[in-house]
Amino acid sequence: MAVKNKKKPSQGKAGREIDKISGIETTGHEWDGLKELNNPLPRWWLWVFILTCVWAVGYWVVYPAWPTISGHTKGKYGWTQHKQLAAGQEEIREIQAAFLAMLRRTPLTDVKKDPELYAFALTGGAVAFKNHCAACHGTGADGMAHYPNLNDDDWLWGGSVDEIYRTIKYGIRSSHDETHISAMSSFGTDGILTRPEILAVTDHVRSLSGLGEDNARGAVIFQEQCSSCHGLDGKGDRAIGAPNLTDAVWLYGSSRDAVSSVIFSARNSVMPHWHGVISDDKIRQLALYVHSLGGGE
Amino acid sequence: MSDDGNNGGITYFEKQQNIYPQRVWGRYRKLKWLAMVVLLGIYYGVPWLRWDRGPHVPDQAVLIDMPSRRAYFFFIEIWPQEVYYLTAILIFAALMLFFVTALLGRVWCGYACPQTVWTDLFIWVERIVQGDRNARMKLDKSPLSFEKIWKKGLTHSLWILIGVCTGGAWVFYFNDAPTLWEHIIHFDVPWSVSSWIVALTASTYVMAGYAREQVCTFMCPYARFQSAMFDEDTLIIGYDEKRGEPRGKHKKGDSWDGRGHCIDCMQCVNVCPVGIDIRDGLQMECIACGLCVDACNNIMDKIELPRGLIRYDTASHIEKGTQLKLAHFFRPRTFWYAALLTVLGAFVIFGLTHRSVVELHVAHDRNPLYVMMSDGDIRNGYTLKILNKTHQDRVYSLSVEGIETTKLMLQNAPDAAIETLPVFADSVGHYRLFLFAEKQKAFRSNITFIITEQQDGIVTEQETIFISGEGR
Ligand code: SF4
Ligand code: SF4
Repeated sequence: MAVKNKKKPSQGKAGREIDKISGIETTGHEWDGLKELNNPLPRWWLWVFILTCVWAVGYWVVYPAWPTISGHTKGKYGWTQHKQLAAGQEEIREIQAAFLAMLRRTPLTDVKKDPELYAFALTGGAVAFKNHCAACHGTGADGMAHYPNLNDDDWLWGGSVDEIYRTIKYGIRSSHDETHISAMSSFGTDGILTRPEILAVTDHVRSLSGLGEDNARGAVIFQEQCSSCHGLDGKGDRAIGAPNLTDAVWLYGSSRDAVSSVIFSARNSVMPHWHGVISDDKIRQLALYVHSLGGGE
Repeated sequence: MSDDGNNGGITYFEKQQNIYPQRVWGRYRKLKWLAMVVLLGIYYGVPWLRWDRGPHVPDQAVLIDMPSRRAYFFFIEIWPQEVYYLTAILIFAALMLFFVTALLGRVWCGYACPQTVWTDLFIWVERIVQGDRNARMKLDKSPLSFEKIWKKGLTHSLWILIGVCTGGAWVFYFNDAPTLWEHIIHFDVPWSVSSWIVALTASTYVMAGYAREQVCTFMCPYARFQSAMFDEDTLIIGYDEKRGEPRGKHKKGDSWDGRGHCIDCMQCVNVCPVGIDIRDGLQMECIACGLCVDACNNIMDKIELPRGLIRYDTASHIEKGTQLKLAHFFRPRTFWYAALLTVLGAFVIFGLTHRSVVELHVAHDRNPLYVMMSDGDIRNGYTLKILNKTHQDRVYSLSVEGIETTKLMLQNAPDAAIETLPVFADSVGHYRLFLFAEKQKAFRSNITFIITEQQDGIVTEQETIFISGEGR
C-alpha cells in the first residue's frame, strides 16, 4: 500500500534520483538495493515539535530546572516539592484539628459512641504507638519478657481506658510526681529470705497457676512475706500494681529460674511518663488504641 | 528556511491539503446514514434508559458510578474486585474487531468508528451551510466577505454545538442522567463534569473539524496493522483495472472497443473523504467507506454500462475478474476467530450469570500472631470482610469449623451478638474478630470460617489458620 504524493515532484536536487514508480525523490541512501523515499513530513507534525520546544522553555522558566555551580535555577515562582509537601501537611493538620477538638471535649469512655471520631482516635493512636511505645512493647503491642503484652486481659494497674490513660501519662515508677509507685522487696539481696526459702516460695507461686508441685513450706513463707501485697490467694492488688500470681501471664517468665530470680532481687521495672513529652491529645489517642487491642476493660 | 518550508523547490514539510468531499448518493451512502443514526442514537440515548434494581441502587441501565465504585450495565453489576470482567469484555471486543475485519475488511473504519461518524456529521453540516464541493472550494478561495463570515461562523458554531452535545452525553454515563441534567441547566455542575464537557467539546471540534482523515492516516494504530490481517480473500474496495484501463474521456455514441470503461470523470476521487484516488490501487488511507463505489456506480448507470467498475470485493476476485462468492468467508482465519469468540463469550456469560452475591475474605492477624490470655486460653485476631452484593440488607450467621472455640468476640463490641453479622445492602461489612480457644498441641491449625446468609441460605467458606504459640 504505497502512500502517493499528490504534488508533482520537483526535479531531483543535488542530482538525486527520482523513484520511477512513485515519482518521488529518494534520499540517495541505499541499503541492499532498497532506497528511501524523501516524502515530506506533514506540516502539523512540525508545529507539534515546535510547540514541545516552546513548552520545554516555559517549563525551564517556571520550574526549578538547571543545575548551577551553587545549586540550581529556582524557577519563576519558587515552586519546590518541599513547599508543596508543607502545604499538603498544613491541609491535613487543619482537618485533624477539628477532630482533635472534638476528642478533647469527649470523655474517653464516650468516644466509642461516635464511630468516626473513634476511628480517628484509633488511627492516630496506632501511629503514636509505633513512634513512642513500640520500642519496648513491640510494634504489635505484644511486649516481650519484662515488657507487658498489651493485647491480653491482664493489667497490673487497671485496664479501663481511664486507667490506661493515667498510666501512659504519668508512667510507672517514673520521675513524675503523680506516677504509679510500688516496690517489691528484693528478698535475696536484702537478706530477708535464704536461697532454699526462696526456692520453696517459687514452687508455691508457680503452683498457684498450675505449674509444678506445691511446696508446704513455701506456702507458709508466702503467707508471711508476700500476701500483704499479692493477697492471701495470690490474686494480686491493682491499687499497688501487685501482679496476679494465679493467672497464666508472667511478665518476667514462668520458669523456676525466672520466678526465683524475681523473688531474689525484685524487678520494679520503670515505664517513663509521657506527660509533657507528647501532647495530651496523643496520650488520649494512645489510651483508646491500647484499650482497643483486645484486653480493654 | 522560508516560511512555507520550501527550499529551492523541495518541500520539507507538507502543508495539509484541504479535502472537499462531494455529495454522493447510493447504497453505501444510505448504509452510512443508517449506521450514523443508529450509533449516535445509542450514544445519546443509552444514559436515559432506566433499569429497576430495587431501592437504594441507581436505576440507570448503564452507569459507571465512580464515587461508589460500581459499574452497572443492564442486568450486570460490576464491583471493583471484578474488573477482570472488563478485561474479558475488552478482549472480546478486540477479537470481534479482528473477526469482522477478516470477514468484511475495514467496515469498522468506514461505518462505525467514532472518528468516521463524527467527521461525516461535520462534513454534512459544512455542506448544508456552505454548499457542496465546488461551492466550498470557491468560498475558501474568495476574499473575506460578509457571506464568508456568516457561513464560516455558522459552520463553526454548529460544530461546537455538536461538540458540546458529545461531551454532554459522555458525562451522563457517569452520573444519574436526569439529576445531572437538572444541574446542567442550572449551571450547577461539579468541576469534574464541566471539565469533561469542555475537554470532549474541544476534542470533537478539533478531531472531526480539522484533523479528520489525518487521524486515520497518521494517528490510528489500527490502520497500520490492518495489512497484517488482510489477505487476498479479505473484502476491500477495489478498482477493476482490467475492465477500466486504458481510461479516457468518452463521448456518447463512441465505441467502447479497444478502451477501458473508466471515463476519467474523477467522481470517485471527488467524493473520497480521505482524498485518495482508488484507481491507484488499495492504499493505507482508504477507510472502505464505499462512497467511491456509489459515485462510480451512478456514472456507470448514466453511461449504461454494468455497475461494479469500483466495487466492494476481494483482491483475488478483482484480479481474476470473477464475481464475489460465499466460499471466501470460510477460511481458517475466520474459523479460529469465531471459535475463540465463542469460547470467550461463553466464559463471560457464564461468569456474569453465575456471579456470587456474597464473598468472604478473612485475614489472620500477623502482629501479634497470637495472645495468651490470663486464663491460659489463646486468642487469635482476624479481619473479616463480607461483601454483600445484593440490594437488600442481609444478616450472615458465622461459625467456625476445625477448632473448639471457647469464645468468639468482636473487637470493641464484647457484648455484640457475634454469630449474626449484619451487612448493609450493596456494601462491604468489615469486622474485627477475636477467636479464643484452649492451647492446641499443634503450633498451627487449619480452620474454616463459614458464613450463612440467613434469608437465602447461601453458604460461603474461607479457610484460615489458628496459631497456638508458646506461653510465657
Ligand atoms: S477510496 Fe473509496 S472507499 Fe476508500 S476512503 Fe475513498 S471513497 Fe471511501
Ligand atoms: S468514478 Fe468510475 S468512471 Fe469516474 S473516474 Fe472513477 S473509476 Fe473512472
